[in-house]
Amino acid sequence: MTIGIILGFLLQNKVKITKFIDPSINIAIYALLFLLGVSVGINETIINNLGTLGVQALLLTFGGVTGSVVLAYFVHKIFFKTSE
Amino acid sequence: MKNSLIIVGFFVLGILIGLYNLLPQIFIETDFSVYALYILMFLVGVGIGSDKKAWEVLKSAKLKIVLVPLTVIMGTFLGVAIISFFIDIGLRESLAIGAGFGYYSLSSIFITKISGEALGVVALISNISREIATLLITPLFVKYFGKLAPIASGGATSMDTTLPIITKFVGKEYAIISVFSGIVLTILVPFLVTFILKF
Repeated sequence: MTIGIILGFLLQNKVKITKFIDPSINIAIYALLFLLGVSVGINETIINNLGTLGVQALLLTFGGVTGSVVLAYFVHKIFFKTSE
Repeated sequence: MKNSLIIVGFFVLGILIGLYNLLPQIFIETDFSVYALYILMFLVGVGIGSDKKAWEVLKSAKLKIVLVPLTVIMGTFLGVAIISFFIDIGLRESLAIGAGFGYYSLSSIFITKISGEALGVVALISNISREIATLLITPLFVKYFGKLAPIASGGATSMDTTLPIITKFVGKEYAIISVFSGIVLTILVPFLVTFILKF
Protein backbone atom coordinates (compact mmCIF):
# COMPACT_ATOMS: atom_id res chain seq x y z
CA MET A 1 0.00 0.00 0.00
CA THR A 2 2.89 2.38 0.79
CA ILE A 3 4.40 1.65 -2.62
CA GLY A 4 1.00 2.37 -4.12
CA ILE A 5 0.71 5.74 -2.32
CA ILE A 6 4.14 6.84 -3.55
CA LEU A 7 3.43 5.65 -7.07
CA GLY A 8 0.04 7.35 -7.02
CA PHE A 9 1.64 10.60 -5.91
CA LEU A 10 4.16 10.44 -8.74
CA LEU A 11 1.46 9.59 -11.28
CA GLN A 12 -0.86 12.34 -10.06
CA ASN A 13 -0.95 14.19 -13.36
CA LYS A 14 -1.36 11.20 -15.60
CA VAL A 15 -5.13 11.39 -15.60
CA LYS A 16 -5.58 8.30 -17.75
CA ILE A 17 -3.94 6.05 -15.19
CA THR A 18 -5.72 7.47 -12.15
CA LYS A 19 -9.07 7.20 -13.91
CA PHE A 20 -8.49 3.50 -14.25
CA ILE A 21 -7.82 3.01 -10.52
CA ASP A 22 -11.27 3.44 -8.98
CA PRO A 23 -13.06 0.83 -11.13
CA SER A 24 -10.16 -1.57 -10.54
CA ILE A 25 -10.47 -1.16 -6.77
CA ASN A 26 -14.17 -1.89 -7.04
CA ILE A 27 -13.58 -5.06 -9.05
CA ALA A 28 -10.95 -6.28 -6.55
CA ILE A 29 -13.35 -5.61 -3.66
CA TYR A 30 -16.23 -7.37 -5.40
CA ALA A 31 -14.01 -10.38 -6.06
CA LEU A 32 -12.79 -10.56 -2.47
CA LEU A 33 -16.22 -10.24 -0.91
CA PHE A 34 -17.57 -12.80 -3.33
CA LEU A 35 -14.82 -15.16 -2.19
CA LEU A 36 -15.57 -14.37 1.48
CA GLY A 37 -19.19 -15.22 0.70
CA VAL A 38 -18.16 -18.55 -0.83
CA SER A 39 -16.09 -19.53 2.21
CA VAL A 40 -18.96 -18.53 4.49
CA GLY A 41 -21.37 -20.59 2.39
CA ILE A 42 -19.32 -23.78 2.66
CA ASN A 43 -18.78 -23.26 6.40
CA GLU A 44 -21.72 -24.85 8.23
CA THR A 45 -20.80 -23.44 11.64
CA ILE A 46 -21.04 -19.90 10.36
CA ILE A 47 -24.26 -20.49 8.41
CA ASN A 48 -25.90 -22.00 11.49
CA ASN A 49 -24.82 -19.07 13.66
CA LEU A 50 -25.45 -16.23 11.22
CA GLY A 51 -28.16 -14.77 13.47
CA THR A 52 -25.98 -14.67 16.58
CA LEU A 53 -23.06 -13.25 14.63
CA GLY A 54 -25.30 -10.56 13.18
CA VAL A 55 -26.63 -9.48 16.57
CA GLN A 56 -23.11 -9.25 17.98
CA ALA A 57 -22.04 -7.24 14.94
CA LEU A 58 -24.87 -4.77 15.48
CA LEU A 59 -24.01 -4.44 19.18
CA LEU A 60 -20.41 -3.63 18.24
CA THR A 61 -21.64 -1.02 15.77
CA PHE A 62 -23.79 0.49 18.48
CA GLY A 63 -20.80 0.64 20.83
CA GLY A 64 -18.43 2.10 18.28
CA VAL A 65 -20.84 4.72 16.97
CA THR A 66 -22.09 5.77 20.41
CA GLY A 67 -18.57 5.98 21.83
CA SER A 68 -17.21 8.12 19.01
CA VAL A 69 -20.30 10.35 18.80
CA VAL A 70 -20.28 11.10 22.54
CA LEU A 71 -16.56 11.81 22.53
CA ALA A 72 -17.02 14.00 19.43
CA TYR A 73 -19.64 15.98 21.34
CA PHE A 74 -17.12 16.92 24.02
CA VAL A 75 -14.23 17.55 21.60
CA HIS A 76 -16.50 19.82 19.56
CA LYS A 77 -17.65 21.69 22.63
CA ILE A 78 -14.17 22.19 24.06
CA PHE A 79 -11.97 22.74 20.98
CA PHE A 80 -14.14 23.76 18.04
CA LYS A 81 -17.17 25.73 19.11
CA THR A 82 -15.21 28.69 20.50
CA SER A 83 -13.71 29.52 17.12
CA GLU A 84 -17.02 29.61 15.24
CA MET B 1 -25.47 3.38 -0.98
CA LYS B 2 -25.71 1.75 -4.39
CA ASN B 3 -22.15 0.55 -4.04
CA SER B 4 -22.90 -1.03 -0.66
CA LEU B 5 -25.82 -2.90 -2.19
CA ILE B 6 -23.63 -4.25 -5.00
CA ILE B 7 -21.05 -5.39 -2.45
CA VAL B 8 -23.67 -7.09 -0.27
CA GLY B 9 -24.99 -8.66 -3.47
CA PHE B 10 -21.62 -10.18 -4.33
CA PHE B 11 -21.23 -11.41 -0.74
CA VAL B 12 -24.68 -13.05 -0.74
CA LEU B 13 -24.08 -14.55 -4.18
CA GLY B 14 -20.84 -16.03 -2.82
CA ILE B 15 -22.70 -17.51 0.16
CA LEU B 16 -25.29 -19.13 -2.10
CA ILE B 17 -22.68 -20.58 -4.43
CA GLY B 18 -20.73 -21.90 -1.43
CA LEU B 19 -23.89 -23.33 0.17
CA TYR B 20 -24.82 -25.33 -2.91
CA ASN B 21 -21.25 -26.29 -3.82
CA LEU B 22 -21.50 -24.78 -7.27
CA LEU B 23 -17.85 -23.90 -7.49
CA PRO B 24 -15.15 -26.21 -8.91
CA GLN B 25 -12.88 -27.74 -6.27
CA ILE B 26 -9.79 -25.82 -7.46
CA PHE B 27 -11.42 -22.60 -6.34
CA ILE B 28 -11.79 -23.84 -2.79
CA GLU B 29 -8.35 -25.40 -2.54
CA THR B 30 -6.39 -22.52 -4.04
CA ASP B 31 -6.54 -19.33 -2.05
CA PHE B 32 -7.06 -16.73 -4.74
CA SER B 33 -8.09 -14.14 -2.21
CA VAL B 34 -4.51 -13.50 -1.04
CA TYR B 35 -3.48 -12.33 -4.50
CA ALA B 36 -6.66 -10.33 -4.91
CA LEU B 37 -5.88 -8.70 -1.55
CA TYR B 38 -2.37 -7.72 -2.62
CA ILE B 39 -3.73 -6.17 -5.80
CA LEU B 40 -6.41 -4.37 -3.81
CA MET B 41 -3.91 -2.93 -1.31
CA PHE B 42 -1.72 -1.68 -4.13
CA LEU B 43 -4.67 -0.08 -5.91
CA VAL B 44 -5.94 1.57 -2.72
CA GLY B 45 -2.44 3.00 -2.26
CA VAL B 46 -2.36 4.39 -5.80
CA GLY B 47 -5.86 5.78 -5.31
CA ILE B 48 -4.93 7.68 -2.13
CA GLY B 49 -1.60 8.86 -3.53
CA SER B 50 -3.09 10.21 -6.73
CA ASP B 51 -6.02 11.98 -5.04
CA LYS B 52 -5.20 15.66 -5.50
CA LYS B 53 -8.04 16.75 -3.25
CA ALA B 54 -6.62 14.64 -0.43
CA TRP B 55 -3.20 16.31 -0.60
CA GLU B 56 -4.75 19.76 -0.75
CA VAL B 57 -6.87 19.09 2.32
CA LEU B 58 -3.79 17.88 4.17
CA LYS B 59 -1.87 21.04 3.27
CA SER B 60 -4.60 23.45 4.32
CA ALA B 61 -5.53 21.68 7.55
CA LYS B 62 -5.11 23.36 10.92
CA LEU B 63 -3.44 21.44 13.66
CA LYS B 64 -6.50 20.81 15.79
CA ILE B 65 -8.14 18.99 12.90
CA VAL B 66 -5.94 16.04 13.90
CA LEU B 67 -8.12 15.75 17.01
CA VAL B 68 -11.04 14.53 14.91
CA PRO B 69 -9.72 11.17 13.69
CA LEU B 70 -8.15 10.72 17.14
CA THR B 71 -11.57 11.25 18.69
CA VAL B 72 -13.08 8.66 16.36
CA ILE B 73 -10.40 6.12 17.23
CA MET B 74 -10.62 6.66 21.01
CA GLY B 75 -14.40 6.82 21.08
CA THR B 76 -14.84 3.73 18.93
CA PHE B 77 -12.35 1.69 20.95
CA LEU B 78 -13.96 2.77 24.21
CA GLY B 79 -17.44 1.85 22.96
CA VAL B 80 -16.57 -1.55 21.48
CA ALA B 81 -14.42 -2.39 24.52
CA ILE B 82 -17.44 -1.94 26.78
CA ILE B 83 -19.64 -3.98 24.43
CA SER B 84 -17.04 -6.77 24.24
CA PHE B 85 -17.73 -7.67 27.87
CA PHE B 86 -21.34 -8.50 27.04
CA ILE B 87 -20.84 -10.61 23.90
CA ASP B 88 -18.98 -13.78 22.90
CA ILE B 89 -16.32 -11.87 21.00
CA GLY B 90 -13.13 -11.07 22.93
CA LEU B 91 -11.72 -7.61 23.59
CA ARG B 92 -8.93 -7.86 21.02
CA GLU B 93 -11.23 -9.09 18.25
CA SER B 94 -13.86 -6.50 19.13
CA LEU B 95 -11.27 -3.73 18.91
CA ALA B 96 -10.13 -5.04 15.51
CA ILE B 97 -13.72 -5.02 14.23
CA GLY B 98 -14.19 -1.50 15.58
CA ALA B 99 -10.95 -0.47 13.87
CA GLY B 100 -12.70 -0.96 10.55
CA PHE B 101 -14.36 2.45 11.17
CA GLY B 102 -16.99 1.63 8.58
CA TYR B 103 -14.47 0.60 5.92
CA TYR B 104 -16.18 -2.76 5.68
CA SER B 105 -14.63 -4.15 2.51
CA LEU B 106 -11.02 -3.83 3.55
CA SER B 107 -11.44 -4.53 7.27
CA SER B 108 -13.54 -7.66 6.81
CA ILE B 109 -11.07 -9.03 4.29
CA PHE B 110 -8.14 -8.45 6.65
CA ILE B 111 -9.96 -9.89 9.66
CA THR B 112 -10.98 -12.95 7.62
CA LYS B 113 -7.35 -13.54 6.64
CA ILE B 114 -6.05 -13.25 10.20
CA SER B 115 -8.89 -14.57 12.38
CA GLY B 116 -11.12 -16.64 10.10
CA GLU B 117 -14.44 -16.28 8.33
CA ALA B 118 -16.73 -16.03 11.36
CA LEU B 119 -15.09 -12.84 12.61
CA GLY B 120 -14.82 -11.60 9.04
CA VAL B 121 -18.59 -11.84 8.70
CA VAL B 122 -19.11 -9.98 11.99
CA ALA B 123 -16.70 -7.27 10.78
CA LEU B 124 -18.55 -6.99 7.48
CA ILE B 125 -22.01 -6.67 9.04
CA SER B 126 -20.80 -4.38 11.82
CA ASN B 127 -18.98 -1.97 9.54
CA ILE B 128 -21.69 -1.86 6.88
CA SER B 129 -24.13 -1.02 9.67
CA ARG B 130 -21.88 1.82 10.73
CA GLU B 131 -22.13 3.35 7.28
CA ILE B 132 -25.88 2.81 7.10
CA ALA B 133 -26.38 4.23 10.61
CA THR B 134 -24.45 7.35 9.63
CA LEU B 135 -26.50 7.79 6.47
CA LEU B 136 -29.73 7.48 8.42
CA ILE B 137 -29.04 9.20 11.75
CA THR B 138 -26.77 12.13 10.73
CA PRO B 139 -29.51 14.78 11.18
CA LEU B 140 -30.12 13.62 14.76
CA PHE B 141 -26.40 13.34 15.52
CA VAL B 142 -25.88 16.96 14.47
CA LYS B 143 -28.87 18.15 16.45
CA TYR B 144 -27.95 16.51 19.74
CA PHE B 145 -24.18 15.97 19.61
CA GLY B 146 -22.83 18.78 17.46
CA LYS B 147 -21.23 19.06 14.07
CA LEU B 148 -18.40 16.62 14.63
CA ALA B 149 -20.77 13.81 15.60
CA PRO B 150 -21.71 12.56 12.09
CA ILE B 151 -18.04 12.79 11.06
CA ALA B 152 -17.18 10.61 14.05
CA SER B 153 -19.97 8.18 13.29
CA GLY B 154 -18.99 7.98 9.62
CA GLY B 155 -15.41 7.03 10.50
CA ALA B 156 -13.45 6.13 7.38
CA THR B 157 -16.55 6.60 5.20
CA SER B 158 -16.76 10.33 6.01
CA MET B 159 -14.48 11.04 3.03
CA ASP B 160 -16.69 9.45 0.39
CA THR B 161 -19.94 7.53 0.87
CA THR B 162 -21.29 9.48 3.83
CA LEU B 163 -19.71 12.82 2.84
CA PRO B 164 -22.74 14.16 0.91
CA ILE B 165 -25.15 13.69 3.80
CA ILE B 166 -22.62 15.01 6.34
CA THR B 167 -21.89 18.10 4.23
CA LYS B 168 -25.59 18.76 3.90
CA PHE B 169 -26.04 18.97 7.67
CA VAL B 170 -22.77 20.48 8.90
CA GLY B 171 -21.80 22.85 6.07
CA LYS B 172 -18.77 23.26 3.82
CA GLU B 173 -16.31 24.28 6.53
CA TYR B 174 -16.81 21.02 8.35
CA ALA B 175 -16.83 19.07 5.09
CA ILE B 176 -13.05 19.60 4.92
CA ILE B 177 -12.71 18.18 8.41
CA SER B 178 -14.89 15.28 7.31
CA VAL B 179 -12.71 14.51 4.29
CA PHE B 180 -9.55 14.82 6.37
CA SER B 181 -10.77 12.53 9.13
CA GLY B 182 -12.01 9.98 6.57
CA ILE B 183 -8.69 9.93 4.72
CA VAL B 184 -6.63 9.50 7.90
CA LEU B 185 -8.87 6.68 9.14
CA THR B 186 -8.96 4.99 5.72
CA ILE B 187 -5.18 4.87 5.63
CA LEU B 188 -5.02 3.61 9.23
CA VAL B 189 -7.59 0.79 8.89
CA PRO B 190 -5.31 -1.95 7.46
CA PHE B 191 -2.48 -1.08 9.84
CA LEU B 192 -4.63 -0.84 12.99
CA VAL B 193 -6.58 -4.03 12.26
CA THR B 194 -3.41 -6.03 11.63
CA PHE B 195 -1.62 -4.52 14.61
CA ILE B 196 -4.48 -5.21 17.04
CA LEU B 197 -4.89 -8.84 15.95
CA LYS B 198 -1.19 -9.71 15.80
CA PHE B 199 0.18 -8.09 18.94
